[in-house]
Amino acid sequence: MTIDATGTTLPPPTMPAADLAVHGMKQPYHLVDPSPWPILGAAGGFMTVLGIAVAAHFHTYYLLIAGLALVVAVMFLWWRDVIRESRTPGMHSALVRLGLRYGMTLFIASEVMFFVGFFWAYFNFSIFPENLAAPFKAVWPPEGVVTFDPFHLPLLNTMILLLSGTTVTWAHHGLLTGDQRALRNGLLITVLLGMTFTMCQAIEYSDAPFKFSGGGIYPSVFFLATGFHGFHVIVGTIFLAVCWFRARAGQFTPERHFGFEAAAWYWHFVDVVWLFLFVCIYFLGAGPIEANVGG
Amino acid sequence: MSPLDITLRDPETPRSTLGRPPDYLHEAHTLRSWFFTTDHKRIALLYLATITAFFVVGAIAAGLVRLSLIVPNGQIFTSDTYNKLFTVHGVVMVWFFLIPSIPATFGNFLIPLMIGAKDLAFPRLNLLSWYVFIGGGLFTVADLVIGGVDTGWTFYAPLSTTFSNTYVVPALIGVIIVGFSSILTGLNFVVTIHTMRAPGMTWFRMPIFVWTHYAVSLIFLLGTPVITITLILLVMERSFGIGVFDPRLGGDPVLFEHLFWFYSHPAVYIMVLPGMGVISEIVPAFAQKRLFGYRFVAYASLALASITFFVWGHHMFVNGESNLAALVFSLLSFAVAVPSAVKVYNWTATMYKGSIRLQTPMLYAMGYIGLFVLGGLTGLFLATLSINEHTHGTYFVVAHFHYIMVGGTMLAFLGGLHFWWPKFTGKMYPEAWGRVSAIFIFIGFNVTFFPQFLLGYLGMPRRYHDYPPEFQLLNIVSSAGATILAAGYIFPMIYLIWSLWFGRQAPSNPWQAKGLEWTTTSPPPTHNFETPPTVDFAPYDYPLRTPADV
Repeated sequence: MTIDATGTTLPPPTMPAADLAVHGMKQPYHLVDPSPWPILGAAGGFMTVLGIAVAAHFHTYYLLIAGLALVVAVMFLWWRDVIRESRTPGMHSALVRLGLRYGMTLFIASEVMFFVGFFWAYFNFSIFPENLAAPFKAVWPPEGVVTFDPFHLPLLNTMILLLSGTTVTWAHHGLLTGDQRALRNGLLITVLLGMTFTMCQAIEYSDAPFKFSGGGIYPSVFFLATGFHGFHVIVGTIFLAVCWFRARAGQFTPERHFGFEAAAWYWHFVDVVWLFLFVCIYFLGAGPIEANVGG
Repeated sequence: MSPLDITLRDPETPRSTLGRPPDYLHEAHTLRSWFFTTDHKRIALLYLATITAFFVVGAIAAGLVRLSLIVPNGQIFTSDTYNKLFTVHGVVMVWFFLIPSIPATFGNFLIPLMIGAKDLAFPRLNLLSWYVFIGGGLFTVADLVIGGVDTGWTFYAPLSTTFSNTYVVPALIGVIIVGFSSILTGLNFVVTIHTMRAPGMTWFRMPIFVWTHYAVSLIFLLGTPVITITLILLVMERSFGIGVFDPRLGGDPVLFEHLFWFYSHPAVYIMVLPGMGVISEIVPAFAQKRLFGYRFVAYASLALASITFFVWGHHMFVNGESNLAALVFSLLSFAVAVPSAVKVYNWTATMYKGSIRLQTPMLYAMGYIGLFVLGGLTGLFLATLSINEHTHGTYFVVAHFHYIMVGGTMLAFLGGLHFWWPKFTGKMYPEAWGRVSAIFIFIGFNVTFFPQFLLGYLGMPRRYHDYPPEFQLLNIVSSAGATILAAGYIFPMIYLIWSLWFGRQAPSNPWQAKGLEWTTTSPPPTHNFETPPTVDFAPYDYPLRTPADV
């Protein structure tokens, strides 16, 4: 048995039809109405990808901007629908919420495999530098590559992300114990820490002793892996910021707060990926060090 | 007995829909009701139409390849055109037909019906998957229109990164986009199967079709992201020269092969496992007998989905892989034979002493079993290190994987299409034509591809436009077979569409098959079941015929 936010008992997934009727529901599923968002969202995504190609070839950015705007608008409208549905009695039943939990877990599992792709490419050269084609010497990082000092900005970034992991847990604890103020403050600080991380990363990129284009394998894998992670940090920050607004609107209760939980799971995932990046790329992959990066 | 007798005798045959809620096809007829739909059954039909269109494109390219290979000196097409033709065939068939074929159409339509649910867990996401698929398809079609690509469906570096002068990037983008569609579909299926089973539908009461789709969804979720990153790296390499795959910048082309096959070998099971699910439904229904060793078939599906992630190295036996790695990958590849054989033996044992009806779906299923055995056994040849040295990159490989992908997936697809056509559309297909085309396809397929085993063993390399004159006879036989095969494909396209208007009304359960999908009307109402079903019976609840059935 699961307790609803309103205190009513929701039927478990396998409850027979007769019992469902007692709870005023014909069945424990949420059947959605026809929706325009899939076609519009996919159109936006298509325009964005085509827009990147157009921008790369013709240096006009209108299609790219229009595509991105459409994607963002659809995300806003679609998730607004979902949030509204979650607040309508009888729509997000216990079973639907269980499905959302599974969905988010699987989404994160899938995301992990995206990073596996980048790490595989990186380890192919860092653990087996003999895979570098001749005339490059079998050393990692490749000869001539100057790297970041792992105990400078990267360590600071590690501390920032680890701290943000604790503040989001603080917010979660506040939510569970009914301390809405702790929830809001914890979320706000987490969002600010996420933004700080992104800024530090931007500083690091601008001071990098190597360039993405034409710099060879190390810079390209470095920028792609950390850039892909940075993109996830930005997504996670926005996700948490949305949760902060929802928390201010009082939409989270100790019993029902899946939106917050999903954001927290995502944030922890981003955090763990960073630890792997820090250890494997910044620390174990460090070569000759640039002294004044970010300094 | 006339093929249609069974349906004539069925007392459930609906004469009119009066007094019933409208079925999902007749609930609304507007364009909006199709393009904004969240009904898994309508989305399945959208997929069916799309993948059929892609199949036609891929099949025409295949026909032109066979046409070109009739003569040894490559006079019919230039070598550039030939390279583009086999690439179009491979890209379209693998990425846009075979991978989505059974999961996105039958899986979408049947998983909720089979587990007694009203829809998938995330119906809007399901529709988004289809639109994403369309988006990827548009890039690929655009690629063909502006000039095509000549790298083969595998996009090997450094050909794809450095040497090809064709439109590689749009094709790659198409494939990358389609990957997201796969991931979303897989996610939807796993969540649905976990959370939306009807009361009493325990894991071991689920049809094997659902088990195989569960296994496939795990590959979608965990394998597809790796190919997405791999192809993104390839786009980056071609656009910016990042160096990862380019030896001139220190890169490693073999890394591409590792990353590519880490997904693309499991992708073979994305294509084959759903077909196994289809066969596991058809064989018990047309033998009127319980599926032999149900639990073992279910476990074998999960075993295949797991082992398949650890065999990718067998594509690289001759690419400088270490002897130890080659040995391990060879042994693991042999291990795949165990769960595959479990399934084949169990289907065969299911037929033993059954009351077998040789209707169209069963003909396809029996064809599938035979061809899958031949494809699987030649897979063992290729997994053997010493034989692989000789057959690598020859037509032996081509024949092997066509026996799995066409003899396996395509026959299962057509068998399933006939089996569930009454459920999808509410109409019966003409049985005699169905049998004729099944026989055409079986004969045409073998005449096309068996000579390719011989050609490969004699040493004819794949992907060549030109070949020594002594190979011409076998190539002509192969091309002649392709025409029979083509006829076998064209018949169903015609009579299935014909049946939409002129076919007889289908009863709820034309085959006396078991399973929840046969308990609802044909076609089902919008929300599948008029009253939510409860399950208190075993899967494949057919009459007991042998002591082993208990």
